[in-house]
Amino acid sequence: MSRREEIKELIITRIIQAAGYLSILFVALICLFLIREGLPALSEVPISSLLGSRWYPIEDYFGILPLLTGSLIVTLGAVLIAVPLGVGTGVYIAEIAPTWANEILKPMIEILAGIPSVVLGFMGILVLSPFLRQSFNLPTGLTAFTGSLLLGWAAIPTIVSVTEDAMNAVPRSYREASLALGATRWQTIWGVTVPAARTGILTAVMLGMGRVIGETMAVMMVTGNAPTLPSGLNALFLPVRTMTATIASEMGEVANGSTHYHVLFFIGLVLFTLALIINIVAFIVSHQRIKRAERLLS
Amino acid sequence: MEEKKSYFDMVRGQRKGLTSQQREKVGQAFLSLVGVITVLPIVALLVYIILQGAPAISWEFISAMPSDGMRSGGILPAIVGTLYLTLGTALFSIPPGIAAAVYLSEYAPDNRWTRLIRITMINLAGIPSVVYGLFGLGLFVLFLKFGTSILAASLTLSIMTLPVIISTGEEALRAVPSSFRTVSISLGATKWQTIRNIVLPQSLPGIITGVILGLQRAAGETAPILFTGAAFFLPRLPQKPFDATMALPYHLFVISTQVPGMPIQIQYGTVLVLLVFVLGMELIATVIRSRARARRQW
Repeated sequence: MSRREEIKELIITRIIQAAGYLSILFVALICLFLIREGLPALSEVPISSLLGSRWYPIEDYFGILPLLTGSLIVTLGAVLIAVPLGVGTGVYIAEIAPTWANEILKPMIEILAGIPSVVLGFMGILVLSPFLRQSFNLPTGLTAFTGSLLLGWAAIPTIVSVTEDAMNAVPRSYREASLALGATRWQTIWGVTVPAARTGILTAVMLGMGRVIGETMAVMMVTGNAPTLPSGLNALFLPVRTMTATIASEMGEVANGSTHYHVLFFIGLVLFTLALIINIVAFIVSHQRIKRAERLLS
Repeated sequence: MEEKKSYFDMVRGQRKGLTSQQREKVGQAFLSLVGVITVLPIVALLVYIILQGAPAISWEFISAMPSDGMRSGGILPAIVGTLYLTLGTALFSIPPGIAAAVYLSEYAPDNRWTRLIRITMINLAGIPSVVYGLFGLGLFVLFLKFGTSILAASLTLSIMTLPVIISTGEEALRAVPSSFRTVSISLGATKWQTIRNIVLPQSLPGIITGVILGLQRAAGETAPILFTGAAFFLPRLPQKPFDATMALPYHLFVISTQVPGMPIQIQYGTVLVLLVFVLGMELIATVIRSRARARRQW
């Protein structure tokens, strides 16, 4: 090999190595910019009023509590909808469904994963919310529940595919042993396979939750944009405003470097931190599963 | 007649009520029902959008500029804008994405740094899209002074796309049997020659599938371009990378929430064009993947 080629090989190797570290660079950069633009909010707005219950930026009320609870309510509703449906469908695909059913189910779930969230929001405005308003006799169809329903479906593809992977990762021998003892397929699923895949299913739920908390467009379009603090259980059927929707709808109108601008970045920092926690926990949970599987099989 | 107990039932103790055979039937029916409930709204949504949107589609609709405050005419600038953004994202995300995938699959040692890369990559994939928008605003629009532009929006979208390209690319590269590499190296090829001439060509279909799926997601995103490159309305097509641009998803958001008196047909037509665009990309990716699987000899 000529000297020139050796140098070329070295350069290319270095470029590839550098590219490998890009994701660390970008996460660090994102973190840096959110802190740079978001932390000044802490000195400009007193902590007590930042944690207050009134979000009314025009009059300098920057209480993010209603936004936090708004995100919480919508996420909770969505998770309650998406987990049974998503886990159920994932288990069905992996364990029971005949081939023809899978040939319909799997592409449909993939299509759902590919539908942009703005399209879901659009259908939410035009079809879902009028329907909910009429059938529940509500003053407005743009409520937290409408958002939860849409986001539930938005989270389903993630939950289904991670659940399916987890079920498929359960060794065949587990199922065979259970069936050999005379257990029915149903008993095998709930007695053996699902418990064996539980950490994977937990990961699925976590990742689905992460997807819901970060969802922006659909939730902004259908939840009614009312930053009020929920007073009780009926809050699910009232308009709310999430953190993501607040950033998306207000960032376009603020002056760069203003207090409002810094607070919006601060909310971004809160979202980033939440996503970080969810993803790291999901990562740790799924890696414990791998370690446990290795121990069991050795 | 007394039912014959299986060993499984004896070990777990027979439950009251239904026999295990009846439970089996009920359980399977229940899971099938869950699958149907999950998929039915997706099918309904697709059918409804096609039925409502199809009458709006004409040559004029996809080739003309909007007129009368976007209430009539076509959506050409939005289509062209989404094309530009998708191409820009491809330009900025494909080379580093594939290089990073090559690093993780072929070079990365099993150590702390590699684990850190993997954790940050998972986090990058889990960051809410609106937070990417904030980051793009902070870094590309304001700090690097690219302004609200196609350039800034494409760069923002490509960071979001990167984890998809890296993880699917790595998977495709790892699927190439290690004997291919061994043979190549033993014939005197260097590591890079092996990667370029053997590993990359063999894994190309998988890599392309991942790239298209990543770009498809970027093409349908609204939140990351809200404050980095999207324009409410432009009377002409963007001329250079520093121009802001209209885009299909943002245009859909605008005409369904910000413009009063918008004809419903135009809205459904826009949804249909957007869906054809993103789901068409997904279809191409699926076809490439399944054809490559059918042809694969290892």
